[in-house]
Amino acid sequence: MLLHKAVLAGLVAGLFAAAPALSQQKVKIGFITTLSGPQGVIGNDMRNSVELALDHLGRKMAGLPVEIIYGDDQVKPDVGKQVADEMLKKHQVNFVSGVIWSNVMLAVSPTVTGAGTLMVGTNAGPNQLAGKDCNERHFTTSWQNDQTPEAMGKYMQEAGINDVYVMAPNYAAGKDMLNGFKRYYKGRIVDEVFTRLGQTDYQAELSQLRAKNPKAVFVFYPGGMGISFLRQYSEAGLRGQFPLYSVYTVDELSIPAVKHAALGQLETRYWSPDLKNPANQKFVGDYQKKHGRPPSFYGAQSYDGMMLIDSAVRAVKGNLADQKGMIAAMRKADFNSTRGKFSYNTNHHPIQNFYLLKAVAGPSGKDPVMEIQKTVFANHRDSFYKECAMKW
Amino acid sequence: MILIIEQILNGLQLGVMLFLMAAGLTLVFGIMNLVNLAHGALYMVGAYLATYFFQATGSFVLGVALALAGTLAVGILTELVALRTLYERDHLDQVLATFGLILIFNELIAMLWGRAAIYSALPEYLQGHLEIAAGLRYPLYRLLIIVVGLAVAAALWYVVVRTRLGMLIRAGASNRTMVAALGINIRLLYTVVFGFGAALAGLAGIMAGPIYAVQPGMGELVLIQVFVVIVVGGIGSIRGALAGALIVGLVDTLGRAFLKPFLATVTTPSAADAAGPALASMLIYLLMAVVLALRPEGLFASRG
Repeated sequence: MLLHKAVLAGLVAGLFAAAPALSQQKVKIGFITTLSGPQGVIGNDMRNSVELALDHLGRKMAGLPVEIIYGDDQVKPDVGKQVADEMLKKHQVNFVSGVIWSNVMLAVSPTVTGAGTLMVGTNAGPNQLAGKDCNERHFTTSWQNDQTPEAMGKYMQEAGINDVYVMAPNYAAGKDMLNGFKRYYKGRIVDEVFTRLGQTDYQAELSQLRAKNPKAVFVFYPGGMGISFLRQYSEAGLRGQFPLYSVYTVDELSIPAVKHAALGQLETRYWSPDLKNPANQKFVGDYQKKHGRPPSFYGAQSYDGMMLIDSAVRAVKGNLADQKGMIAAMRKADFNSTRGKFSYNTNHHPIQNFYLLKAVAGPSGKDPVMEIQKTVFANHRDSFYKECAMKW
Repeated sequence: MILIIEQILNGLQLGVMLFLMAAGLTLVFGIMNLVNLAHGALYMVGAYLATYFFQATGSFVLGVALALAGTLAVGILTELVALRTLYERDHLDQVLATFGLILIFNELIAMLWGRAAIYSALPEYLQGHLEIAAGLRYPLYRLLIIVVGLAVAAALWYVVVRTRLGMLIRAGASNRTMVAALGINIRLLYTVVFGFGAALAGLAGIMAGPIYAVQPGMGELVLIQVFVVIVVGGIGSIRGALAGALIVGLVDTLGRAFLKPFLATVTTPSAADAAGPALASMLIYLLMAVVLALRPEGLFASRG
């Protein structure tokens, strides 16, 4: 009995001793996103783009083969943290990447960076992680949440649009979007309406809106809410009456479900499929070829996440133990981003351009496409970096 | 004034949609004593089938007819395969099993049509608006929903009150054992009732398709409100389902529209901004709590 235990202990010790040596031969990346449920459509787009990035890299970084482990957070912070723990302990990953939702990110990122591993976020940009809770092991390839509505606020302010009717779902991100918007928009706001999260019918709100007769409407309705809202907005005949401006409401994932109801929609974003740079054209072109439809911005920033990791691994010549070297490399953002050249702010969030996009008629008979109209912000910094104590 | 009329129409429209869902659910609950969480899945099936058949045949009416028949078939099949075994089990088992059905239906739909929302078209002749009164233009399609919903309610009333099948349904809701003892094939009755309940949920889904997002899991978004409706109306009662649905539809709609401006007149605007939306989304649950406190069996209870 005792002998058995000793043998077992020896075996276990042997396994542990062997594990680091084995993992040195590979770059292990854990990618957390949402793969089940209605929101799985976003995760699917991110996974497709990660796979495309790895294909473009020949599935190798600095000569080391890449192993990618996908995890499903089910839009739940506790599940996301669990998945991250498993990636860190069982798979001993070198990087954790992905994460769509801010609340999931706030649970995952501290877990990862606290365990001494690098975190490369590819969507959520909660203000805490850009401000007071910034961390040298946390990078993001997307944006800080407020940047996008800030761009729309600035555009509408400069266009001299007054009497704006504002709508968003009643939860944390809905309020953040409006705060970001109002940081740059100083004109008159007719009314602010918060609807229930997950609401499907907006007819009551649309009747109120028509009665107030605003000059323009600004909304934030992500996912299925946006699809319902847009269809009802145009069905109610408001499309021609009140110009609709939005953030995170119309994208390549929702356009196939709304089609012409999206036409004329104005959005702000840091990226668009029609951005003219070689990296983006290669990404969009190959994605379209492989999946028969254009990628979304979720995909573009996930593709960028893999390229950022590749730039770090190449800079240290595959010596994954040199974390300081990898952080220094990532700070340079030295890779061909799908958004074109950008730089990192002191809080490891991008300083980047924001554009005004419009949904215009697609090529004959096809779905509408998003097209860049103008640059709203050049090299825009987020509003929280001054609260970040990191210096470099 | 016109705005109030318009909002009442909106409330009616939401109410009849809820009624179509609630009618089936309340019958299944009342007669078979089965808690069916998967009722929303049949709503989703209706929406997907209508979208698919409309595209395949090019005719909206034909698409709707085929989708109705399809949901009826799916409902009967579900009853025969899965739910039959659950009638004798307690409610917790039923909740677990029908929750499992939700997952199965959602994944099946995702496999067939993908996870992304799909485009569900509306024929040209149903788009546009109707001028009901001076200054009151209302979307044609939404009016159609109200008309269809009320027509279905009238037809259901006729079936339940005037036909032999309806008599059996009412008898079943009051005392199942006695109906079975009198020699009625209760199994067949169950299958028929469940099938029709499914078709009604399917009809709600079919009508919801062109205005809501057609995607996996769409049924669960409405199911909670439907449960509120049958609790308010009284479990097992069609009349209760209709009254409950219209009350819930109107309270929810008018609350969303007018609660905030009303609060602003009695308190400060900023307090109204903070409390209005929160209170408006709670309103139907408050209503349910009040009904439960005053009449625990619901407004139109079917069992004595």
